[in-house]
Amino acid sequence: MTRSPLSLPQVRGFLKTERTDRWWIEPLLVLAGFGAFIIYSTWAAFQGNNFFIGGVDQPGVQQLLSPFYSPVIWDPRGVHSGHAWLGELPLWWPAWMIFSPALLILPFPGGFRFTCYYYRGAYYKAFWGDPASCAVGEPAARGQNYRGEQKLPLIMQNIHRYFLYVAIIFIGLLAWDGYQSLWHYNASGVKEFGFSVGSIVLIANPVLLGMYTFGCHCWRHLVGGKHDCLSCSKSRQSAYKRVSWLNQRHMLFAWISLFGVGLTDVYVRLCASGVWTDWRIL
Amino acid sequence: MSTNTSHAHIEPRTVSFRIWRGNRDGGSFATYAVEVTEGMVVLDCVHRIQATDAPDLACRWNCKAGKCGSCSAEINGKPRLMCMTRMDTLPQGETVTIEPMRSFPSIRDLVTDVSWNFRVKEKIKPFKPRKPDNADGSWTMMQVDVDRVQEFRKCIECFLCQDVCHVLRDHHKHDEFIGPRFLMYTAALEMHPLDTETRVGDLKNHDGIGYCNITKCCTKVCPEHIGITDNAIIPMKERVVDEFYDPMTRLFRMFKPAR
Repeated sequence: MTRSPLSLPQVRGFLKTERTDRWWIEPLLVLAGFGAFIIYSTWAAFQGNNFFIGGVDQPGVQQLLSPFYSPVIWDPRGVHSGHAWLGELPLWWPAWMIFSPALLILPFPGGFRFTCYYYRGAYYKAFWGDPASCAVGEPAARGQNYRGEQKLPLIMQNIHRYFLYVAIIFIGLLAWDGYQSLWHYNASGVKEFGFSVGSIVLIANPVLLGMYTFGCHCWRHLVGGKHDCLSCSKSRQSAYKRVSWLNQRHMLFAWISLFGVGLTDVYVRLCASGVWTDWRIL
Repeated sequence: MSTNTSHAHIEPRTVSFRIWRGNRDGGSFATYAVEVTEGMVVLDCVHRIQATDAPDLACRWNCKAGKCGSCSAEINGKPRLMCMTRMDTLPQGETVTIEPMRSFPSIRDLVTDVSWNFRVKEKIKPFKPRKPDNADGSWTMMQVDVDRVQEFRKCIECFLCQDVCHVLRDHHKHDEFIGPRFLMYTAALEMHPLDTETRVGDLKNHDGIGYCNITKCCTKVCPEHIGITDNAIIPMKERVVDEFYDPMTRLFRMFKPAR
């Protein structure tokens, strides 16, 4: 690579461009979409209540658990969701430390999305103007100090595949929640099969999340992309082809699954707080 | 930065052009009026301006068929080929602005010095095939294994991707970053089923692949519609992760027999 300085045109100022189209719409929509999700999910995670319906205490009601709270490691004190792995919050938990089951688990799916290749490109533009859109000027101060993902802190984005491993486990856990949503307790405390609108919501959620997760660029690399010889293994070739199909639609599924998981929490929260009733079909 | 591909029928009309005139010491926009008729592309208009108003207007072109990659410029702020930008796809009734590419030094008017790209290319380790598979000195490959590489071979080296990449355009990292065109060129070599050379270390240490922050602008402006980001750069980033950042992969490699 050359070391001789190039005489380049002057860099345009922040948001300066000769583009005449409405280039600002896309980053603005991304800003609004991500912003709304981050605000809502943070609020919902800190609530620590209204995250489930059903169970022995609510006969005839399908068991629905918000994906923001799944898996439930500990229930908040005085709450018996029936989903907690380790029961109620232990006594050694400091009283001054805010607790909500969601806060223990949300960093994992959150980290997966934060380090996702699609989201990175989108939020670098929408939130940091890096650049705000293609061929649009950046903040002047960044200039030659630009570090990209070459150096700290953003070099840490390379951890993405580890979040992927956890995200795949979460797909399994949420699929289990979808299965659980097919059951309710009767008045005698016996589990019975049933089906409600909430069941559809809780089953659709992991399906959409799976379409997003299994279209991940890292996954595409791991199932076959890292090999120069795809034909050396029929299963590798087939997996690579299928994941590539999802990968081409990664942005679409990223958005659909993001709103899907948010709306699933909204549905469960409305039902749990009594604003809405989960309609039993069967 | 998608291109409107619907072609409306247009009557002959006069269109105003703002064209950058100058050299590496500076310049300014000059305005021209051109009679535009059906089927004309931006390059036709530039040629008409040369024929009628400005015979000294410098413009590089060759095939006029979107295959030589010579007439790259910025039309209404978007990096595009002048020969492939039909006038009826631009907003009617508005002035059309044409500038040279901004990631390379200006020579004159719409012509830029893209020789930096050729110097970069020379530094990339060349193709190093394995020993021939057959007695006649030939190799056997499966089509599925070269499909990925063949996508990258569509590149016409127009350097629009280099132009739009903000790492070069806004941050002037020409000394540390080879740009999307050559990350893709490296990917084409690196993914080739016959190649035995490794360039992953160079990608991280010399080629600056980490500077790419996946804006996908290169993909959006590519006139050959190559999936530069998804199919070349990100797979190379993942190979860099394998080699340098993933402790598990490194651990597994210790137990894997050497090739």
